[in-house]
Amino acid sequence: MPEKGKIILQQFNFSYGDSCALKEINLKIRRNQIFAVLGPARSGKTTLLKCLNRLTDLIFGTTHTGQIFIDGQDIYGPVVYRPDLRRRVGMVFDLPIPLPLSIFENVAFGPRVRENTPKSQLKEIVEKALRAAVLWDEVKDRLFTSALRLSGGQQQRLCIARVLALEPEVILLDEPCSGLDPISTASIEGSLTRLKEKYTIILVPHNIQQASRVADRVGFFLEGKLVEEGTAFDIFTRPQDKRTEDYISGKFG
Amino acid sequence: MATISRYATQRLAKGSIYVAAFLTLAVMVWILYQVLREGLPLLHLNFFLESPREMGRAGGIFPTIIGTLVLTAVAVIIATPLGVGTAVFLREYTRESRVSRIIRFGTDCLAGVPSIIFGLFGFVFFVIYLGMGWSILSGGLTMAIMILPTIICTAEEAIKAIPHSYREVSFALGSTRWQTVTKVVLPNAIPGILTGVLLGVGRSVGETAAVILTAGSSFLLPTSLFSPVRTMAIHFYILAREGISMEMAYATGAALILMILTINAAANWLLHRYVRKMEGKTANA
Repeated sequence: MPEKGKIILQQFNFSYGDSCALKEINLKIRRNQIFAVLGPARSGKTTLLKCLNRLTDLIFGTTHTGQIFIDGQDIYGPVVYRPDLRRRVGMVFDLPIPLPLSIFENVAFGPRVRENTPKSQLKEIVEKALRAAVLWDEVKDRLFTSALRLSGGQQQRLCIARVLALEPEVILLDEPCSGLDPISTASIEGSLTRLKEKYTIILVPHNIQQASRVADRVGFFLEGKLVEEGTAFDIFTRPQDKRTEDYISGKFG
Repeated sequence: MATISRYATQRLAKGSIYVAAFLTLAVMVWILYQVLREGLPLLHLNFFLESPREMGRAGGIFPTIIGTLVLTAVAVIIATPLGVGTAVFLREYTRESRVSRIIRFGTDCLAGVPSIIFGLFGFVFFVIYLGMGWSILSGGLTMAIMILPTIICTAEEAIKAIPHSYREVSFALGSTRWQTVTKVVLPNAIPGILTGVLLGVGRSVGETAAVILTAGSSFLLPTSLFSPVRTMAIHFYILAREGISMEMAYATGAALILMILTINAAANWLLHRYVRKMEGKTANA
């Protein structure tokens, strides 16, 4: 029985047309951990995340070789139905993007597009998701008002709640705090640490400090290659590779 | 070489632009004023509720109001799903390709065809070849083809304006492409789509050349989609052209303008309500 939420990349390459974005990635990501994807801009972090739920398929002209297994299933295999995959591997984007709907409808969106979600359960699912994203107390009295009227931090927690409502196995977060103030950031980091008990979390951190605060394991990427991977402690205290050390100590990036 | 200071240029440009804007407005106001001044005094309740008598010299315009509404409804009901479907196909289901370029070229050509040609086509194809005769259906179908390019074009613009990130979010939450179209793309594109539909309505309501050749000019009250009708625009045209009654022509014109204004106001009100409801601004949507 393959472990739930365990991710394995084998010799994975990915390119947009002629430009190669990921090169020969071999990586194992364990469940119930926060894996931080570290690296400067254009090192393939977002591409890696979008490959895991195949959101890269929306772009024309991409190619890949190698395999990605989630729960032992090859996600680029022939029997994979992408809407199901994306439900199992939820994603939070770098900017909060609430759909122009009410708060309730935003969170209910995923369950609604999934078949066989009874209407009676929707309310329960939405409440549970909003509670888990630490947003419930702030919005419980105005669930049916526009999500666009929430503050930036609230919107991003709404986006997290929206993903939690899918009841995924893996959650991808692409710099989820990039547009947020320190207080909202702290509250999102707090909820991430709680969420890892149930999910596998892959996080592109906003900065190195954020990785050191929340990550269990860290992978350092540079120009599409995985330079080094290990526990957060090892990476931050005794990196093996000179480039990792230079990045962590702020010599470039 | 004599140079004009940039301040003078600025003043000149500003002046010309103001003149252009106000001239446009003035022409519109003048036309409205002319028609309403001549027509409004003749508009009584009976004018709207009675059938024309003595070829339109007396009586009202009730059958032509019904004819206009039904014919326009047929045109819009046929053209909207076709046009929106084409726009969705072009924007969501294909990339820029040979096929999409051919479709776009086709719609652009269709948009440039004079209305009398549509009338002739409708007459030959719907009225004669398909045997529909002069009828609401023939006229409605002809108008549907005529307003199709406008609806496609505005719907495409509306769909294009929706941020790509909305689609990405929708897919990331496990939607299929069709669910993304129906739950995210179209609901947000409706205001723009409606603009195109309203342009189509305006065109159907006001069209004469294409309609007179396909829907006929009988002012009897239509009983089915296969009845011939006379729309208000055609009534106006015949009254003025045949010199039957200028007063009644103006009265019909005034009624026509009021009708278009009413349709636009109603559509805007509905749209406003819809947007409020969708975004959940009301307490209990």
